[in-house]
Amino acid sequence: MNVLLDHFPEFRDGFIGTVSITVVSTVIALVLGIVVAGFRVSPIPPLRFFGAAWVTLLRNTPLTLLFLVAMFIVPEILFPGMSAFVLGSLALGFYTSAFICEAVRSGINTVPLGQAEAARSIGMTFSQTLRMIVLPQATRTVLPPLSSILIALTKNSAIAGAFSVTELFGWQTLMSEQGYAIAWIFVWVAAAYLVITFTISGIFRLLERRMEVAR
Amino acid sequence: MSGVSVTKGENAGAASGDLVVLSNVNKHFGALHVLQDIDLTIARGEVVVVIGPSGSGKSTLCRTINRLETVDSGAITIDGKPLPQEGKELARLRADVGMVFQSFNLFAHKTVLENVMLGQVKVRKTDKKAAEEKARTLLDRVGVGSQADKYPAQLSGGQQQRVAIARALAMDPKVMLFDEPTSALDPEMINEVLEVMQQLARDGMTMVVVTHEMGFARSAANRVVFMADGKIVEEATPDQFFSSPRSDRAKDFLSKILHH
Repeated sequence: MNVLLDHFPEFRDGFIGTVSITVVSTVIALVLGIVVAGFRVSPIPPLRFFGAAWVTLLRNTPLTLLFLVAMFIVPEILFPGMSAFVLGSLALGFYTSAFICEAVRSGINTVPLGQAEAARSIGMTFSQTLRMIVLPQATRTVLPPLSSILIALTKNSAIAGAFSVTELFGWQTLMSEQGYAIAWIFVWVAAAYLVITFTISGIFRLLERRMEVAR
Repeated sequence: MSGVSVTKGENAGAASGDLVVLSNVNKHFGALHVLQDIDLTIARGEVVVVIGPSGSGKSTLCRTINRLETVDSGAITIDGKPLPQEGKELARLRADVGMVFQSFNLFAHKTVLENVMLGQVKVRKTDKKAAEEKARTLLDRVGVGSQADKYPAQLSGGQQQRVAIARALAMDPKVMLFDEPTSALDPEMINEVLEVMQQLARDGMTMVVVTHEMGFARSAANRVVFMADGKIVEEATPDQFFSSPRSDRAKDFLSKILHH
Protein backbone atom coordinates (compact mmCIF):
# COMPACT_ATOMS: atom_id res chain seq x y z
CA MET A 1 0.00 0.00 0.00
CA ASN A 2 2.67 2.49 0.96
CA VAL A 3 4.73 1.93 -2.18
CA LEU A 4 2.62 4.65 -3.77
CA LEU A 5 2.78 7.00 -0.81
CA ASP A 6 6.51 6.48 -0.24
CA HIS A 7 7.42 7.12 -3.85
CA PHE A 8 4.63 9.33 -5.12
CA PRO A 9 6.90 11.95 -6.81
CA GLU A 10 8.56 9.21 -8.90
CA PHE A 11 5.17 7.68 -9.66
CA ARG A 12 3.83 11.07 -10.75
CA ASP A 13 6.88 11.64 -12.97
CA GLY A 14 6.36 8.21 -14.51
CA PHE A 15 2.69 8.95 -15.15
CA ILE A 16 3.50 12.30 -16.74
CA GLY A 17 6.23 10.57 -18.79
CA THR A 18 3.79 8.01 -20.13
CA VAL A 19 1.21 10.67 -20.93
CA SER A 20 3.84 12.83 -22.67
CA ILE A 21 5.26 10.09 -24.85
CA THR A 22 1.72 8.95 -25.66
CA VAL A 23 0.61 12.44 -26.71
CA VAL A 24 3.75 13.23 -28.72
CA SER A 25 3.77 9.87 -30.54
CA THR A 26 0.03 10.17 -31.18
CA VAL A 27 0.54 13.50 -32.92
CA ILE A 28 3.43 12.11 -34.99
CA ALA A 29 1.47 8.97 -35.84
CA LEU A 30 -1.72 10.83 -36.81
CA VAL A 31 0.05 13.34 -39.06
CA LEU A 32 2.24 10.72 -40.75
CA GLY A 33 -0.57 8.16 -40.92
CA ILE A 34 -2.97 10.53 -42.69
CA VAL A 35 -0.30 11.85 -45.07
CA VAL A 36 0.86 8.34 -45.98
CA ALA A 37 -2.76 7.21 -46.45
CA GLY A 38 -3.07 10.10 -48.93
CA PHE A 39 0.06 8.80 -50.68
CA ARG A 40 -1.42 5.32 -50.90
CA VAL A 41 -4.50 6.49 -52.79
CA SER A 42 -2.64 9.13 -54.82
CA PRO A 43 -2.71 9.09 -58.64
CA ILE A 44 1.10 9.44 -58.64
CA PRO A 45 2.76 5.98 -58.73
CA PRO A 46 6.00 6.89 -56.85
CA LEU A 47 3.94 8.24 -53.94
CA ARG A 48 1.81 5.09 -53.91
CA PHE A 49 4.95 2.97 -53.87
CA PHE A 50 6.43 5.03 -51.04
CA GLY A 51 3.21 4.62 -49.03
CA ALA A 52 3.11 0.88 -49.53
CA ALA A 53 6.80 0.53 -48.61
CA TRP A 54 6.30 2.66 -45.49
CA VAL A 55 3.45 0.53 -44.24
CA THR A 56 5.07 -2.79 -45.10
CA LEU A 57 8.34 -1.88 -43.44
CA LEU A 58 7.01 -0.33 -40.23
CA ARG A 59 4.07 -2.62 -39.67
CA ASN A 60 6.15 -5.76 -40.02
CA THR A 61 9.10 -4.72 -37.86
CA PRO A 62 8.90 -5.68 -34.16
CA LEU A 63 8.50 -2.52 -32.11
CA THR A 64 11.41 -3.44 -29.83
CA LEU A 65 13.66 -3.64 -32.87
CA LEU A 66 12.48 -0.20 -34.00
CA PHE A 67 13.31 1.16 -30.55
CA LEU A 68 16.78 -0.40 -30.78
CA VAL A 69 17.34 1.25 -34.14
CA ALA A 70 16.01 4.58 -32.89
CA MET A 71 18.00 4.56 -29.67
CA PHE A 72 21.37 3.24 -30.87
CA ILE A 73 21.68 3.62 -34.64
CA VAL A 74 19.84 6.88 -35.38
CA PRO A 75 21.88 8.99 -32.89
CA GLU A 76 25.05 7.32 -34.19
CA ILE A 77 24.60 8.29 -37.85
CA LEU A 78 21.93 10.99 -38.01
CA PHE A 79 21.15 13.03 -34.93
CA PRO A 80 23.79 12.70 -32.24
CA GLY A 81 22.72 13.90 -28.83
CA MET A 82 18.98 13.62 -29.40
CA SER A 83 17.13 12.83 -26.16
CA ALA A 84 15.81 9.35 -25.44
CA PHE A 85 12.33 10.84 -25.09
CA VAL A 86 12.35 12.29 -28.62
CA LEU A 87 13.87 9.15 -30.13
CA GLY A 88 11.36 6.96 -28.31
CA SER A 89 8.43 9.12 -29.44
CA LEU A 90 9.68 8.99 -33.02
CA ALA A 91 10.01 5.18 -32.95
CA LEU A 92 6.54 4.75 -31.46
CA GLY A 93 5.00 7.42 -33.73
CA PHE A 94 6.49 5.97 -36.91
CA TYR A 95 5.47 2.44 -35.96
CA THR A 96 1.89 3.45 -35.14
CA SER A 97 1.59 5.64 -38.25
CA ALA A 98 1.60 2.49 -40.39
CA PHE A 99 -1.48 1.17 -38.58
CA ILE A 100 -3.21 4.55 -38.65
CA CYS A 101 -2.51 4.81 -42.36
CA GLU A 102 -4.31 1.54 -43.00
CA ALA A 103 -7.26 2.50 -40.79
CA VAL A 104 -7.58 5.82 -42.62
CA ARG A 105 -7.30 4.07 -45.97
CA SER A 106 -10.11 1.70 -45.03
CA GLY A 107 -12.15 4.78 -44.14
CA ILE A 108 -11.34 6.39 -47.48
CA ASN A 109 -12.55 3.24 -49.22
CA THR A 110 -15.94 3.47 -47.55
CA VAL A 111 -16.64 6.90 -49.10
CA PRO A 112 -18.57 6.31 -52.35
CA LEU A 113 -16.43 6.86 -55.46
CA GLY A 114 -19.05 9.28 -56.79
CA GLN A 115 -18.13 11.80 -54.09
CA ALA A 116 -14.57 12.08 -55.38
CA GLU A 117 -15.74 12.07 -59.00
CA ALA A 118 -18.11 14.94 -58.30
CA ALA A 119 -15.33 16.88 -56.58
CA ARG A 120 -12.96 16.33 -59.49
CA SER A 121 -15.70 17.30 -61.92
CA ILE A 122 -15.98 20.78 -60.44
CA GLY A 123 -12.24 21.20 -60.86
CA MET A 124 -10.92 20.32 -57.42
CA THR A 125 -7.39 18.91 -57.34
CA PHE A 126 -6.57 15.54 -55.83
CA SER A 127 -5.43 17.02 -52.53
CA GLN A 128 -8.46 19.35 -52.29
CA THR A 129 -10.74 16.39 -52.99
CA LEU A 130 -9.04 14.32 -50.32
CA ARG A 131 -8.97 17.08 -47.69
CA MET A 132 -12.38 18.63 -48.22
CA ILE A 133 -14.57 15.81 -49.48
CA VAL A 134 -13.17 12.35 -48.80
CA LEU A 135 -11.37 12.56 -45.45
CA PRO A 136 -14.17 14.42 -43.62
CA GLN A 137 -16.58 11.69 -44.68
CA ALA A 138 -14.10 8.94 -43.83
CA THR A 139 -13.57 10.20 -40.28
CA ARG A 140 -16.65 8.58 -38.80
CA THR A 141 -15.61 5.15 -40.06
CA VAL A 142 -12.03 5.62 -38.94
CA LEU A 143 -12.77 6.61 -35.33
CA PRO A 144 -13.43 3.14 -33.81
CA PRO A 145 -10.25 1.49 -35.14
CA LEU A 146 -8.31 4.67 -34.38
CA SER A 147 -9.24 4.52 -30.72
CA SER A 148 -8.00 0.90 -30.52
CA ILE A 149 -4.75 1.85 -32.21
CA LEU A 150 -4.12 4.73 -29.81
CA ILE A 151 -4.85 2.56 -26.78
CA ALA A 152 -2.34 0.05 -28.13
CA LEU A 153 0.12 2.92 -28.57
CA THR A 154 -0.31 3.90 -24.91
CA LYS A 155 0.54 0.40 -23.78
CA ASN A 156 3.40 0.08 -26.27
CA SER A 157 4.98 3.17 -24.72
CA ALA A 158 6.08 0.90 -21.86
CA ILE A 159 8.86 -0.36 -24.12
CA ALA A 160 10.38 3.12 -24.02
CA GLY A 161 10.91 2.57 -20.27
CA ALA A 162 13.46 -0.08 -21.10
CA PHE A 163 15.47 2.59 -22.92
CA SER A 164 15.79 4.96 -19.95
CA VAL A 165 12.80 7.12 -20.83
CA THR A 166 11.01 8.15 -17.61
CA GLU A 167 7.58 6.56 -17.69
CA LEU A 168 5.30 4.29 -15.66
CA PHE A 169 6.88 0.99 -16.44
CA GLY A 170 10.26 2.34 -15.42
CA TRP A 171 8.76 3.13 -12.01
CA GLN A 172 7.68 -0.49 -11.72
CA THR A 173 11.24 -1.70 -12.36
CA LEU A 174 12.61 0.79 -9.87
CA MET A 175 10.15 -0.24 -7.12
CA SER A 176 10.68 -3.95 -7.71
CA GLU A 177 14.41 -3.41 -7.28
CA GLN A 178 13.76 -1.71 -3.95
CA GLY A 179 11.89 -4.76 -2.74
CA TYR A 180 8.29 -3.58 -2.61
CA ALA A 181 5.51 -6.16 -3.01
CA ILE A 182 5.19 -6.74 -6.75
CA ALA A 183 1.41 -7.14 -6.70
CA TRP A 184 0.77 -3.63 -5.37
CA ILE A 185 3.25 -2.06 -7.76
CA PHE A 186 1.37 -3.60 -10.66
CA VAL A 187 -2.01 -2.56 -9.27
CA TRP A 188 -0.92 1.10 -9.23
CA VAL A 189 0.74 0.92 -12.64
CA ALA A 190 -2.33 -0.76 -14.11
CA ALA A 191 -4.62 1.85 -12.54
CA ALA A 192 -2.54 4.64 -14.07
CA TYR A 193 -2.69 3.01 -17.53
CA LEU A 194 -6.45 2.57 -17.17
CA VAL A 195 -6.83 6.28 -16.46
CA ILE A 196 -5.09 7.06 -19.76
CA THR A 197 -6.80 4.43 -21.89
CA PHE A 198 -10.26 5.18 -20.49
CA THR A 199 -9.68 8.83 -21.26
CA ILE A 200 -8.82 7.91 -24.86
CA SER A 201 -11.91 5.76 -25.33
CA GLY A 202 -14.01 8.48 -23.67
CA ILE A 203 -12.74 11.12 -26.08
CA PHE A 204 -13.47 8.87 -29.03
CA ARG A 205 -16.97 8.03 -27.79
CA LEU A 206 -17.63 11.74 -27.62
CA LEU A 207 -16.25 12.33 -31.12
CA GLU A 208 -18.31 9.48 -32.55
CA ARG A 209 -21.47 10.85 -31.02
CA ARG A 210 -20.77 14.32 -32.38
CA MET A 211 -20.10 12.96 -35.88
CA GLU A 212 -23.38 11.08 -35.78
CA VAL A 213 -25.29 14.28 -35.10
CA ALA A 214 -23.50 16.07 -37.90
CA ARG A 215 -25.10 13.83 -40.57
CA MET B 1 -39.93 20.79 -82.63
CA SER B 2 -38.95 21.00 -86.28
CA GLY B 3 -37.74 24.54 -85.63
CA VAL B 4 -35.14 23.09 -83.28
CA SER B 5 -33.81 20.74 -85.91
CA VAL B 6 -33.35 23.61 -88.33
CA THR B 7 -31.08 25.40 -85.86
CA LYS B 8 -29.06 22.23 -85.71
CA GLY B 9 -28.21 22.44 -89.38
CA GLU B 10 -26.84 25.93 -88.96
CA ASN B 11 -24.75 24.96 -85.95
CA ALA B 12 -23.18 22.00 -87.67
CA GLY B 13 -22.16 24.26 -90.52
CA ALA B 14 -20.18 26.59 -88.28
CA ALA B 15 -16.93 24.66 -87.96
CA SER B 16 -15.30 27.37 -85.87
CA GLY B 17 -18.03 26.88 -83.27
CA ASP B 18 -16.88 23.36 -82.42
CA LEU B 19 -16.63 23.07 -78.66
CA VAL B 20 -16.06 19.39 -78.05
CA VAL B 21 -14.35 17.22 -80.61
CA LEU B 22 -13.75 13.50 -80.21
CA SER B 23 -11.73 11.94 -82.97
CA ASN B 24 -11.09 8.27 -83.42
CA VAL B 25 -11.52 7.53 -79.71
CA ASN B 26 -11.07 3.96 -78.54
CA LYS B 27 -11.40 2.48 -75.10
CA HIS B 28 -11.30 -1.03 -73.67
CA PHE B 29 -12.45 -2.40 -70.33
CA GLY B 30 -10.30 -5.51 -70.32
CA ALA B 31 -11.39 -7.53 -73.33
CA LEU B 32 -14.48 -5.41 -73.86
CA HIS B 33 -14.08 -2.76 -76.55
CA VAL B 34 -16.48 -0.17 -75.09
CA LEU B 35 -15.71 2.72 -77.45
CA GLN B 36 -14.85 1.91 -81.03
CA ASP B 37 -13.48 4.63 -83.32
CA ILE B 38 -15.79 7.29 -81.96
CA ASP B 39 -15.90 10.53 -83.94
CA LEU B 40 -18.19 13.16 -82.52
CA THR B 41 -18.25 16.93 -82.78
CA ILE B 42 -20.39 19.10 -80.58
CA ALA B 43 -20.90 22.69 -81.61
CA ARG B 44 -21.24 25.62 -79.25
CA GLY B 45 -24.82 25.93 -78.07
CA GLU B 46 -25.79 22.53 -79.38
CA VAL B 47 -27.80 19.99 -77.40
CA VAL B 48 -26.77 16.45 -78.24
CA VAL B 49 -28.72 13.56 -76.79
CA VAL B 50 -27.00 10.19 -76.71
CA ILE B 51 -29.30 7.20 -76.58
CA GLY B 52 -28.86 3.50 -76.96
CA PRO B 53 -29.26 0.17 -75.19
CA SER B 54 -27.53 -0.60 -71.86
CA GLY B 55 -23.85 -1.37 -72.22
CA SER B 56 -23.58 0.45 -75.53
CA GLY B 57 -20.88 2.73 -74.11
CA LYS B 58 -22.90 5.93 -73.94
CA SER B 59 -22.12 6.67 -70.28
CA THR B 60 -18.46 5.91 -70.88
CA LEU B 61 -18.49 8.29 -73.83
CA CYS B 62 -19.93 11.01 -71.64
CA ARG B 63 -17.34 10.41 -68.91
CA THR B 64 -14.39 10.50 -71.31
CA ILE B 65 -15.22 14.10 -72.19
CA ASN B 66 -14.02 15.36 -68.80
CA ARG B 67 -11.57 12.49 -68.47
CA LEU B 68 -13.26 10.70 -65.60
CA GLU B 69 -12.52 7.81 -67.93
CA THR B 70 -9.23 7.76 -69.78
CA VAL B 71 -9.13 6.67 -73.40
CA ASP B 72 -6.74 4.17 -74.97
CA SER B 73 -6.32 6.02 -78.24
CA GLY B 74 -7.72 8.94 -80.14
CA ALA B 75 -7.99 12.59 -79.21
CA ILE B 76 -10.49 14.72 -77.34
CA THR B 77 -10.37 18.49 -77.47
CA ILE B 78 -12.49 20.98 -75.59
CA ASP B 79 -12.61 24.51 -76.96
CA GLY B 80 -9.58 23.72 -79.12
CA LYS B 81 -7.44 22.39 -76.27
CA PRO B 82 -6.64 18.68 -75.98
CA LEU B 83 -7.46 17.07 -72.62
CA PRO B 84 -4.33 17.25 -70.44
CA GLN B 85 -2.95 14.50 -68.22
CA GLU B 86 -4.17 14.14 -64.64
CA GLY B 87 -3.04 17.13 -62.61
CA LYS B 88 -3.64 20.84 -62.03
CA GLU B 89 -4.25 21.62 -65.69
CA LEU B 90 -6.88 18.91 -66.00
CA ALA B 91 -8.54 20.20 -62.82
CA ARG B 92 -8.72 23.65 -64.40
CA LEU B 93 -10.29 22.23 -67.53
CA ARG B 94 -12.80 20.18 -65.57
CA ALA B 95 -14.00 23.35 -63.89
CA ASP B 96 -15.22 24.45 -67.33
CA VAL B 97 -17.08 21.21 -67.94
CA GLY B 98 -20.15 20.68 -65.80
CA MET B 99 -21.08 17.11 -64.95
CA VAL B 100 -24.36 15.77 -63.62
CA PHE B 101 -24.39 12.17 -62.46
CA GLN B 102 -27.05 9.51 -62.35
CA SER B 103 -26.63 9.19 -58.58
CA PHE B 104 -26.46 12.98 -57.92
CA ASN B 105 -23.23 12.69 -55.89
CA LEU B 106 -23.92 15.74 -53.78
CA PHE B 107 -21.33 16.15 -51.02
CA ALA B 108 -23.08 14.35 -48.19
CA HIS B 109 -21.37 16.23 -45.35
CA LYS B 110 -22.15 19.69 -46.72
CA THR B 111 -25.41 21.60 -46.89
CA VAL B 112 -27.10 22.30 -50.19
CA LEU B 113 -25.79 25.87 -50.15
CA GLU B 114 -22.23 24.73 -49.34
CA ASN B 115 -22.42 22.21 -52.17
CA VAL B 116 -23.09 24.99 -54.66
CA MET B 117 -20.53 27.36 -53.08
CA LEU B 118 -17.60 24.97 -52.68
CA GLY B 119 -16.35 24.95 -56.26
CA GLN B 120 -16.67 28.70 -56.62
CA VAL B 121 -14.71 29.38 -53.43
CA LYS B 122 -12.05 26.68 -53.65
CA VAL B 123 -11.55 26.40 -57.41
CA ARG B 124 -12.58 29.78 -58.83
CA LYS B 125 -11.39 31.62 -55.68
CA THR B 126 -14.55 33.72 -55.64
CA ASP B 127 -15.07 35.46 -52.33
CA LYS B 128 -17.56 33.85 -50.00
CA LYS B 129 -20.20 36.55 -50.20
CA ALA B 130 -20.37 36.63 -53.99
CA ALA B 131 -20.34 32.83 -54.07
CA GLU B 132 -23.25 32.62 -51.66
CA GLU B 133 -25.24 35.15 -53.62
CA LYS B 134 -24.68 33.28 -56.84
CA ALA B 135 -25.45 29.94 -55.18
CA ARG B 136 -28.76 31.25 -53.86
CA THR B 137 -29.68 32.68 -57.26
CA LEU B 138 -28.94 29.36 -58.93
CA LEU B 139 -30.83 27.39 -56.30
CA ASP B 140 -33.83 29.66 -56.84
CA ARG B 141 -33.50 29.18 -60.57
CA VAL B 142 -33.72 25.38 -60.24
CA GLY B 143 -36.52 25.74 -57.70
CA VAL B 144 -34.85 24.55 -54.49
CA GLY B 145 -34.01 27.91 -52.94
CA SER B 146 -35.95 27.10 -49.79
CA GLN B 147 -33.85 23.98 -49.14
CA ALA B 148 -30.50 25.80 -49.05
CA ASP B 149 -29.63 24.96 -45.46
CA LYS B 150 -30.60 21.29 -45.54
CA TYR B 151 -28.28 18.35 -46.08
CA PRO B 152 -28.60 16.40 -49.33
CA ALA B 153 -30.03 13.33 -47.57
CA GLN B 154 -33.00 15.42 -46.42
CA LEU B 155 -34.02 16.18 -50.02
CA SER B 156 -35.96 14.11 -52.54
CA GLY B 157 -34.12 12.65 -55.49
CA GLY B 158 -35.49 15.24 -57.86
CA GLN B 159 -34.46 18.07 -55.57
CA GLN B 160 -30.99 16.58 -55.14
CA GLN B 161 -30.52 16.33 -58.89
CA ARG B 162 -31.56 19.95 -59.36
CA VAL B 163 -29.05 20.97 -56.69
CA ALA B 164 -26.43 18.96 -58.59
CA ILE B 165 -27.29 20.92 -61.74
CA ALA B 166 -26.96 24.19 -59.79
CA ARG B 167 -23.61 23.03 -58.42
CA ALA B 168 -22.34 22.43 -61.96
CA LEU B 169 -23.77 25.73 -63.23
CA ALA B 170 -22.05 27.64 -60.43
CA MET B 171 -18.76 27.07 -62.24
CA ASP B 172 -20.03 28.83 -65.40
CA PRO B 173 -19.24 25.77 -67.51
CA LYS B 174 -18.75 25.94 -71.26
CA VAL B 175 -20.49 22.62 -71.66
CA MET B 176 -22.67 20.47 -69.44
CA LEU B 177 -22.53 16.68 -69.42
CA PHE B 178 -25.53 14.76 -68.15
CA ASP B 179 -24.94 11.08 -67.44
CA GLU B 180 -28.43 9.55 -67.20
CA PRO B 181 -29.64 12.34 -64.91
CA THR B 182 -33.13 10.95 -64.44
CA SER B 183 -32.45 7.21 -64.32
CA ALA B 184 -32.29 7.03 -60.52
CA LEU B 185 -35.42 9.10 -59.98
CA ASP B 186 -38.97 8.14 -59.09
CA PRO B 187 -41.20 8.68 -62.14
CA GLU B 188 -43.00 11.63 -60.58
CA MET B 189 -39.71 13.49 -60.08
CA ILE B 190 -38.34 13.05 -63.58
CA ASN B 191 -40.22 15.98 -65.02
CA GLU B 192 -38.99 18.58 -62.54
CA VAL B 193 -35.41 17.72 -63.54
CA LEU B 194 -36.18 17.60 -67.26
CA GLU B 195 -37.82 21.00 -67.06
CA VAL B 196 -34.67 22.51 -65.60
CA MET B 197 -32.64 20.88 -68.36
CA GLN B 198 -35.04 22.10 -71.00
CA GLN B 199 -34.74 25.64 -69.68
CA LEU B 200 -30.96 25.32 -69.86
CA ALA B 201 -31.17 24.15 -73.44
CA ARG B 202 -33.38 27.09 -74.33
CA ASP B 203 -30.86 29.43 -72.69
CA GLY B 204 -28.27 28.23 -75.16
CA MET B 205 -26.13 25.95 -72.96
CA THR B 206 -24.06 23.39 -74.82
CA MET B 207 -25.22 20.04 -73.54
CA VAL B 208 -24.39 16.37 -73.94
CA VAL B 209 -27.18 14.31 -72.45
CA VAL B 210 -27.12 10.56 -72.04
CA THR B 211 -30.69 9.56 -71.33
CA HIS B 212 -33.53 7.15 -71.81
CA GLU B 213 -36.05 10.00 -71.88
CA MET B 214 -37.22 9.99 -75.48
CA GLY B 215 -39.59 12.86 -74.82
CA PHE B 216 -36.67 15.06 -73.82
CA ALA B 217 -34.68 13.94 -76.85
CA ARG B 218 -37.57 14.88 -79.13
CA SER B 219 -38.25 18.25 -77.60
CA ALA B 220 -34.85 19.61 -76.57
CA ALA B 221 -32.20 17.96 -78.73
CA ASN B 222 -30.62 19.48 -81.81
CA ARG B 223 -29.20 16.11 -82.65
CA VAL B 224 -29.67 12.52 -81.52
CA VAL B 225 -26.68 10.20 -81.41
CA PHE B 226 -27.61 6.53 -81.32
CA MET B 227 -24.99 4.18 -79.91
CA ALA B 228 -24.87 0.41 -79.84
CA ASP B 229 -22.05 -1.98 -78.95
CA GLY B 230 -19.49 0.78 -78.54
CA LYS B 231 -20.13 2.42 -81.90
CA ILE B 232 -22.06 5.44 -83.04
CA VAL B 233 -24.59 3.80 -85.30
CA GLU B 234 -26.62 6.79 -86.32
CA GLU B 235 -26.70 10.56 -85.98
CA ALA B 236 -29.77 12.50 -86.98
CA THR B 237 -32.15 15.24 -85.98
CA PRO B 238 -34.73 14.01 -83.46
CA ASP B 239 -37.48 14.16 -86.10
CA GLN B 240 -35.55 12.10 -88.58
CA PHE B 241 -34.39 9.64 -85.97
CA PHE B 242 -37.72 8.95 -84.31
CA SER B 243 -39.87 8.96 -87.42
CA SER B 244 -37.58 7.23 -89.87
CA PRO B 245 -34.43 5.70 -88.39
CA ARG B 246 -32.02 4.49 -91.06
CA SER B 247 -30.25 1.62 -89.31
CA ASP B 248 -31.88 -1.69 -88.39
CA ARG B 249 -30.29 -1.51 -84.96
CA ALA B 250 -32.03 1.80 -84.25
CA LYS B 251 -35.34 0.54 -85.66
CA ASP B 252 -35.12 -2.47 -83.40
CA PHE B 253 -34.26 -0.31 -80.36
CA LEU B 254 -37.08 2.13 -81.02
CA SER B 255 -39.64 -0.61 -81.58
CA LYS B 256 -38.78 -1.99 -78.16
CA ILE B 257 -38.98 1.25 -76.23
CA LEU B 258 -41.76 3.07 -78.02
CA HIS B 259 -44.40 0.38 -78.32
CA HIS B 260 -45.32 -1.29 -75.12
